Amino acid sequence: MAMENKTAAFEYAPAPESRSVVDIAPSYGLFIDGEFTEAADGKVFKTVSPSTEEVLSEVARAGAEDVDRAVKAARKAFEKWSALPGSERAKYLFRIARIIQERSRELAVLETLDNGKPIKETRDADLPLVAAHFFYYAGWADKLDHAGFGANPRPLGVAGQVIPWNFPLLMLAWKIAPALATGNTVVLKPAETTPLSALFFADICRQAGLPKGVVNILTGYGDAGQALVEHPDINKVAFTGSTAVGKAIARSVAGTDKKVTLELGGKGANIVFDDAPIDQAVEGIVTGIFFNQGQVCCAGSRLLVQESIQDELLDSLKRRLSTLRLGDPLDKNTDIGAINSAEQLARITALTETGEAEGAERWSAPCELPSAGYWFAPTLFTNVTQAHTIARDEIFGPVLSVLSFRTPDEAVAKANNSQYGLSAGIWTEKGSRILAVANKLRAGVVWANTFNKFDPTSPFGGYKESGFGREGGRHGLEGYLDV
Amino acid sequence: MPPPLPGGAVEAGRWLQEEIYGSPVREASIPCHSGVTDLTDRHLHSGGCTGSYARRYAHLVTMPTNAPAAAFADATASDGALRRFLHGLPGIDPVGLEARAASLGTRSIKTSAKVYAIDLAISMIDLTTLEGADTPGKVRALAAKAVHPDPTDRTTPHTAAVCVYPDMVATAKEVLKGSDVKVASVATAFPAGRAALPVKLADVRDAIAAGADEIDMVIDRGAFLAGHYLKVYEEIAAVRAECGEQARLKVIFETGELSTYDNIRRASWLGMMAGADFIKTSTGKVAVNATPANTLVLLEAVRDFRAATGTQVGVKPAGGIRNTKEAIKFLVLVNETVGADWLDNHWFRFGASSLLNDLLMQRQKLATGRYSGPDYVTVD
Repeated sequence: MAMENKTAAFEYAPAPESRSVVDIAPSYGLFIDGEFTEAADGKVFKTVSPSTEEVLSEVARAGAEDVDRAVKAARKAFEKWSALPGSERAKYLFRIARIIQERSRELAVLETLDNGKPIKETRDADLPLVAAHFFYYAGWADKLDHAGFGANPRPLGVAGQVIPWNFPLLMLAWKIAPALATGNTVVLKPAETTPLSALFFADICRQAGLPKGVVNILTGYGDAGQALVEHPDINKVAFTGSTAVGKAIARSVAGTDKKVTLELGGKGANIVFDDAPIDQAVEGIVTGIFFNQGQVCCAGSRLLVQESIQDELLDSLKRRLSTLRLGDPLDKNTDIGAINSAEQLARITALTETGEAEGAERWSAPCELPSAGYWFAPTLFTNVTQAHTIARDEIFGPVLSVLSFRTPDEAVAKANNSQYGLSAGIWTEKGSRILAVANKLRAGVVWANTFNKFDPTSPFGGYKESGFGREGGRHGLEGYLDV
Repeated sequence: MPPPLPGGAVEAGRWLQEEIYGSPVREASIPCHSGVTDLTDRHLHSGGCTGSYARRYAHLVTMPTNAPAAAFADATASDGALRRFLHGLPGIDPVGLEARAASLGTRSIKTSAKVYAIDLAISMIDLTTLEGADTPGKVRALAAKAVHPDPTDRTTPHTAAVCVYPDMVATAKEVLKGSDVKVASVATAFPAGRAALPVKLADVRDAIAAGADEIDMVIDRGAFLAGHYLKVYEEIAAVRAECGEQARLKVIFETGELSTYDNIRRASWLGMMAGADFIKTSTGKVAVNATPANTLVLLEAVRDFRAATGTQVGVKPAGGIRNTKEAIKFLVLVNETVGADWLDNHWFRFGASSLLNDLLMQRQKLATGRYSGPDYVTVD
């Protein structure tokens, strides 16, 4: 037979998404009061593509003076914006949502370039969710009377919002969509390593004819973020990021009447019982910890597996990890992209070294790492106990810690034995066990036989040091209403 | 013609029942699995990532033999034991399964990879005609196309086989004489399988006598859905025995009628334990035929079965795969689920008819840079 005994493998030829769909300017200003403007002190910083270390653009670096200017613009815009009927605000949000959909390919490529995550994810997860979030909250804008907060709930005023680099545009959507729907105006600071998609969003606001000052974007570092949350004329602080910064924010707003929502770190437990659908559990574990290179606050970074199936599950998991394709994030067949920054790569490297030093057994998928850029091979640790640093600290990278348990009670106890409480997963074919275990888990999201599934209708947020307040769904309105 | 049976037609049924179900015969009648390796520690505990099911089912492997049927002697000892075994297989979450199949469907196969995939897909086709209106003329035309799919380009690979009803085997065989294209024949009262076992076996014998290299049998879905797994098992084993050394056996589950993925996984194991050389999704005669998700279940089953027993079994999705894009998605499923060992037409087939012309048009497009159109491929 012609094909018999052949040894050729099915090698996928490169299939890169075209960069030409996005036009990145050599420099960008701050977006204040509907205009792009330089920083008051003229400072700029460079943003690089993490997969190549190529400089993508130079953006203005906001300082305290710029923060003040932006807050004033937002304050000025608030009066008219909040007075608009909800149905009018909805029109703007629907328009923004549609423009995002129309420009989704461009934005997906941009996000992949600036963040390092695979185009597969920006195309199939980030951008559809961004548009869905604006559509969803557009729908609420004229129905706030029926949201369960009494008649005619009032907005808070100016919201200061600081977002992380792991889902730059999606986190922007989580912050801006509910704020605008409820009648607030915003000043948003994207992370310093991923400023570009927020600046493109500023352009979308102009395209949608959004009134000046309703959305202001300040690119910059932590000092700008600090100046923003400490500004005396903001009414609301919304932050997504590390627990350390979250604590600092909580301290700085103590004693003020600013309303605060914090979405912080996590160390999600993904619990696999012996009656789990094994092949799908393996997929769920992969999605749980290797989606976005594990740089996800709700990542399933702790695998809790019933001891009776541990070997079998790990064999399957390792086999599956060996098929992950790491490389050019713009290639449509790439599963694992680049780590967002040299700093984050150093943190992941340091924590994995601690894991080895503390006696856990390290296994990495066999794959070649590109020579330029920031890369980390998908890794798992076995022989991990609750006492290991890698079982307690958030690594925020493609590193899975595998622990075992014997009984459902032990699984729950170990899952809850964490300073965090953001997400958890349960894998079992037994429905009654799903319900019983989910009720006992102290986590803001519990996924059953799936992981890392997001929907704008579903509230998201944490217990314990994972933060407070909820974003998404009807609950997400509360953080932006004076109720 | 099949050999005459003792006792005439009326007696035939009873004779075969005894022959097949009688206790001394059943085990002995199950032949060695073709192309099977020995079951040693090397296979059961081969390092790395392949030993999961091997560990789980190692206790079932009681004898150092090369027949999978013997390896599962405990599990097939009674209807109850077989039921416990099949229901003890890990469950399948349909949402997760379909999501995985869909995500592999987003792989982008371009340029050199596409060239490779198209030729591979052509070489894996069981070019099929299974119509009441089939005539010798139609079958001859199809067989000629299987040998030289593209009359304008002799470098085009031939298909793996042609697949016809038993009464057309001789006609197909005649045209294919001297070529490497196999003749596969559906048998066992295809497609419904609603006939007595002796009739099914006669059907198989008839096809093999006419020269069939491969037999595509259907399982008794009624018995399966009624929970009579041992009956299904024994029927497959009986057909396997009938095929002997002459024909490879493909076992069709009609996944659209089994309905749940759990059932499809159980049927896959049942078929493999009974000696199937290939497991196949569908007849092409019901509403739901091959899908990426149900084919993924079959692929996971053959992967796990090899890990457990060392025996490799082929997979054939059939029905509903009509264009190049879909076919390539199936090849991606194979590549990323079971790997290169299955990427050849000894281990993977497409049951299809119109698929071939689309593959040929895409092949011409890659060669010439432009689309030719349906007038540049042959009408069947």
